[in-house]
Amino acid sequence: MTAAAPVHIAGQRLMLDPAGFLVWPAEKLLAVADLHLEKGSSFAAAGRFLPPYDTRETLERLALGLRRWKPRRLVLLGDSFHDRHGCARLPPADCAALTRMLAGLEEVVWVLGNHDPEPPVGLAGIAAEEWRLGPFTFRHIAQPAAMGKPVPPGEISGHFHPKASMPTRAGSVTRPCFMTDGRRMMLPAFGAYTGGLDLRDPAIAGLFPRGGRAFLLGPDRLYSFPTGPLRMLARAPEAANAPPP
Amino acid sequence: MPELFRDWFAARGWSPRPHQLALLDAVQGGSSALLVAPTGGGKTLAGFLPSLVDLHENPRPEGMGSLHTLYISPLKALAVDIARNLTAPVEAMGLPIRIETRTGDTPANRRARQRVDPPNFLLTTPESLALLLTLPDAAEMFSGLHAIVVDEIHALAGSKRGDQLALGLARLATLAPEARRIGLSATVAHPGPLRAYLSPTGLAKDVALVQGAPGAPPSLDILLPEGRLPWGGHMGLASMPEVYRRIRGAGVTIVFVNTRAQAELCFQALWRLNDDNLPIGLHHGSLTVEQRRKVEAAMADGRLRAVVATASLDLGIDWGAVDQVVQVGAPKGVSRLLQRIGRANHRMDEASQAVLVPANRFEVIECVAARQAIDAHELDGDPPREGGLDVLCQHILACAVAGPFHPDDLYAEILRAAPYAKLTRKDFDDALRFVEDGGYALQSYDRFRRLFRDSEGLIHIRGPAAARQLRMNLGTIVETPLLKVRLRGGPVLGEVEEWFVSTLSPGDCFIFAGQLLRFEGLDALACLVSRGGEGEPRVPAYAGSRMPLTTHLAARVRGILHDPAAWPALPESVREWLRLQQHASIMPPRDGLLVETFPRGERWFLVAYCFEGRLAHQSLGMLVTKRMEHLGMAPLGYLATDYVLAAWCAFEPQGIERLFEEDILGEELEEWMAESSMLRRTFRNIATIAGLIEKNHPGQEKSGRAMTMNADLIYDVLRRHEPDHILLRATRREASAGLTDVARIALILARARAGGIRHMALPRPSPLSVPALIEEGREWVAGGAEDALLAEAAALVADATDGAEIFGELLAEVTESIPPRGDRDRARKPRDAKRRNSRFIRSAPKNYGAPK
Repeated sequence: MTAAAPVHIAGQRLMLDPAGFLVWPAEKLLAVADLHLEKGSSFAAAGRFLPPYDTRETLERLALGLRRWKPRRLVLLGDSFHDRHGCARLPPADCAALTRMLAGLEEVVWVLGNHDPEPPVGLAGIAAEEWRLGPFTFRHIAQPAAMGKPVPPGEISGHFHPKASMPTRAGSVTRPCFMTDGRRMMLPAFGAYTGGLDLRDPAIAGLFPRGGRAFLLGPDRLYSFPTGPLRMLARAPEAANAPPP
Repeated sequence: MPELFRDWFAARGWSPRPHQLALLDAVQGGSSALLVAPTGGGKTLAGFLPSLVDLHENPRPEGMGSLHTLYISPLKALAVDIARNLTAPVEAMGLPIRIETRTGDTPANRRARQRVDPPNFLLTTPESLALLLTLPDAAEMFSGLHAIVVDEIHALAGSKRGDQLALGLARLATLAPEARRIGLSATVAHPGPLRAYLSPTGLAKDVALVQGAPGAPPSLDILLPEGRLPWGGHMGLASMPEVYRRIRGAGVTIVFVNTRAQAELCFQALWRLNDDNLPIGLHHGSLTVEQRRKVEAAMADGRLRAVVATASLDLGIDWGAVDQVVQVGAPKGVSRLLQRIGRANHRMDEASQAVLVPANRFEVIECVAARQAIDAHELDGDPPREGGLDVLCQHILACAVAGPFHPDDLYAEILRAAPYAKLTRKDFDDALRFVEDGGYALQSYDRFRRLFRDSEGLIHIRGPAAARQLRMNLGTIVETPLLKVRLRGGPVLGEVEEWFVSTLSPGDCFIFAGQLLRFEGLDALACLVSRGGEGEPRVPAYAGSRMPLTTHLAARVRGILHDPAAWPALPESVREWLRLQQHASIMPPRDGLLVETFPRGERWFLVAYCFEGRLAHQSLGMLVTKRMEHLGMAPLGYLATDYVLAAWCAFEPQGIERLFEEDILGEELEEWMAESSMLRRTFRNIATIAGLIEKNHPGQEKSGRAMTMNADLIYDVLRRHEPDHILLRATRREASAGLTDVARIALILARARAGGIRHMALPRPSPLSVPALIEEGREWVAGGAEDALLAEAAALVADATDGAEIFGELLAEVTESIPPRGDRDRARKPRDAKRRNSRFIRSAPKNYGAPK
């Protein structure tokens, strides 16, 4: 039995699925971030022959979420493909599986990311830099607050691959996580070959100046922890610029 | 031996030793030879003597083909030192020989010159040799090679570096079939496999064995701490006052310890006692190279009275003037102990002075057992294992970079390397396919192939990119991610493992490089520290740095325990302890297995006296607790020492026989191997060596590392979609051979079956079980353990915050209304819990700083 956790943002009830999906039940919407499809073949082109099963693995996990939540809308929050030619490299079997999956949905939104700045060719759905529905704005990279102004509530984003380490009595455990401060929500990366960036990294910490709550992914539940302000160890600014994979 | 050489020996008042002459004879007769002799026997000179004589009689012209002798040592420093030592006789006899080293430190211009105009003697390491062999002109360079000298061969054979060297030697045999091989080894238990390792055919019979005379037997003391003998602990700090007195009483002492953490603590303890301000140094593998070189130089010049060292000094250059060796903590193996003792007094006809300092009761027995083994001239050490498939993959790519090859020829060549003598054609073909395009069943990487086949069946490399990649990743040493430790505004002190730093908060203090340091924070490349600091200091530990007890020494320990007639050799406090055990339970039998069960606290304990070393016990613990789970005993955790396995559970363990049946190695093993974090680590190393993922280059920018793939993710995907892939086969094979010590688990189980299980159901812990029960470093039962811990921590935090934050409320308002002060309080609870129980982090003892 997989337990999703409810959160309230902008007056709306959202569900966080331990597999890494965000669900908005009122709109039958499912959002997922950073699939990085065809990352394996992207590395292979550079001479690192990673096992070529990542796309298949990621799509199988996505299919599980679609079966569980039966959404009408699917929002992919960018970096759905690892590079701009990823869509063209999809193996025929995987491409067919993805096409079937998308055919069952009323609306598919490909938010564009830094890895895939162009809309996928030959796949259902619309592409957008940003997409709004109700109080929510779906974008790939969270926008920093303007000087002195609070962030308007309702931003849902991906890009940073947030992960968090929790101390336990037998050493700390690190997992990908959702991160929210009640105004914005950052999704964990979903792809089979996606690593993570620690919440305390200035790139993420700066977006949550007052901290918030992290939801670490587990096989059948989330583990939630308040984070406090993510003020952390001083790192030199250049390290902050390192883009996540 | 020519006149010139006899005169040279005579001029020094020396005469050639019999083994030096025997080796010369064997090599002059055209044969390869292995010289086994104790330290101080003039081994290195023996190894070079045939080449010196040959070049004296047949001088080589300059230029290509001038390379006569290749010397390979596991240590760069050793190569440099030998070059220096050889220069003396060469100059004294006026021999026309040019000697040079080639290591990772050799400047590019010299390396380039060496390719055009090689020296007569080239001194190098296995890694540098592998690089040389990828050069297109390697064939020409080595064409005139006459002799290959492999030093410290016992330290190389059986390791991955040894596998790489064996493949390199096979290559050299193809390029220079005339070259004879000379192996130099310390005294070992199994010279047979070493001869095979050295052999150009992979067969021991093709290598002559030359045995040096044994050195004088060492004089060996066992030193007990004053007062009560500790029940547990491995640091031996209680004995430091006595060790200090020994240091004061001798000229130069090496204090060997077993771990880097122990080195730091002993060093600190000695300095606190150091009222005489004796120059005492510290040497371990995490200090910067410059620091280590400085200590070594001070030692060589006689400027130090003592150095506290780890295995980093086990091998290495000869200092001559060491008067005594102190081994703090259990020796763990006879051969290693002898090697360490041999560092004192490098003259073989004088007895080495050595002191063993056991840290607890079991270690006393182990020290006594080791002394008896040395008296009986018995050695331990496992015969080398089979060569790794990951090293093979790297070698195949290296061969392709060097030039086109036919797979049949390469396969035949590789079979002549002993570690690969049993390599199947399927494994070879799979390795080749892996190099080609990853070798996956799903053939989607056709267009990215690295190799191609021409019409004659020769395999070529496609493009220069693969060659570049190979040269960046060559070698078999995979570093765990390390961070430099830098004094604020000062020098780099060394490196600690990244995960250790991740457990520190600014203000925490720890001991490193012999100093108390305060953690200040991180910058892009280093962990910043300042001197001093308050509070309980921690000591960085390094995963997997402890050596397990050898089978041979374990058998001796078991023998002593079982036989009261052997007890007079033990100190009274230990005898008393054993008598108590006899009374409360029984002694572990020589054959068969003693298992004690007893209640304590709210749970039941099971202690099995297996004596097969920590690694085997750790793996066995996983398997036994899995079976306990299946049998409904609700296991809660377990712990492994070198001597026993202790497990605890919620219900009384019954039907003990079922827990130690041999079929445990079937189903439970498979189940566990799939999830084991040890296997994940093994896979990461294998994937790196085989070239699937980038090597971590020390000092590389964080952004660079972000581009490397997380091996765990690859492992999970590969295991699910292609469980029989060559890299997973290699991982399983390696884990069952070494890391998990499956062979030794099988020994325990076979003994239990043959000798029977003696189950003692006791009302309370037995005396023998106490050391295990107070041991640090508990393992938690696998299977959702990580998630159970997370759930616990999450609940703990919820308790600590009094449920003040119920999610589902408007979180923003809640977080914004909590003052920063409150945040700090909330954070404290879990962090304190972590400090107390963190698995690999050891706190310095409470009375730290005030020994006595």
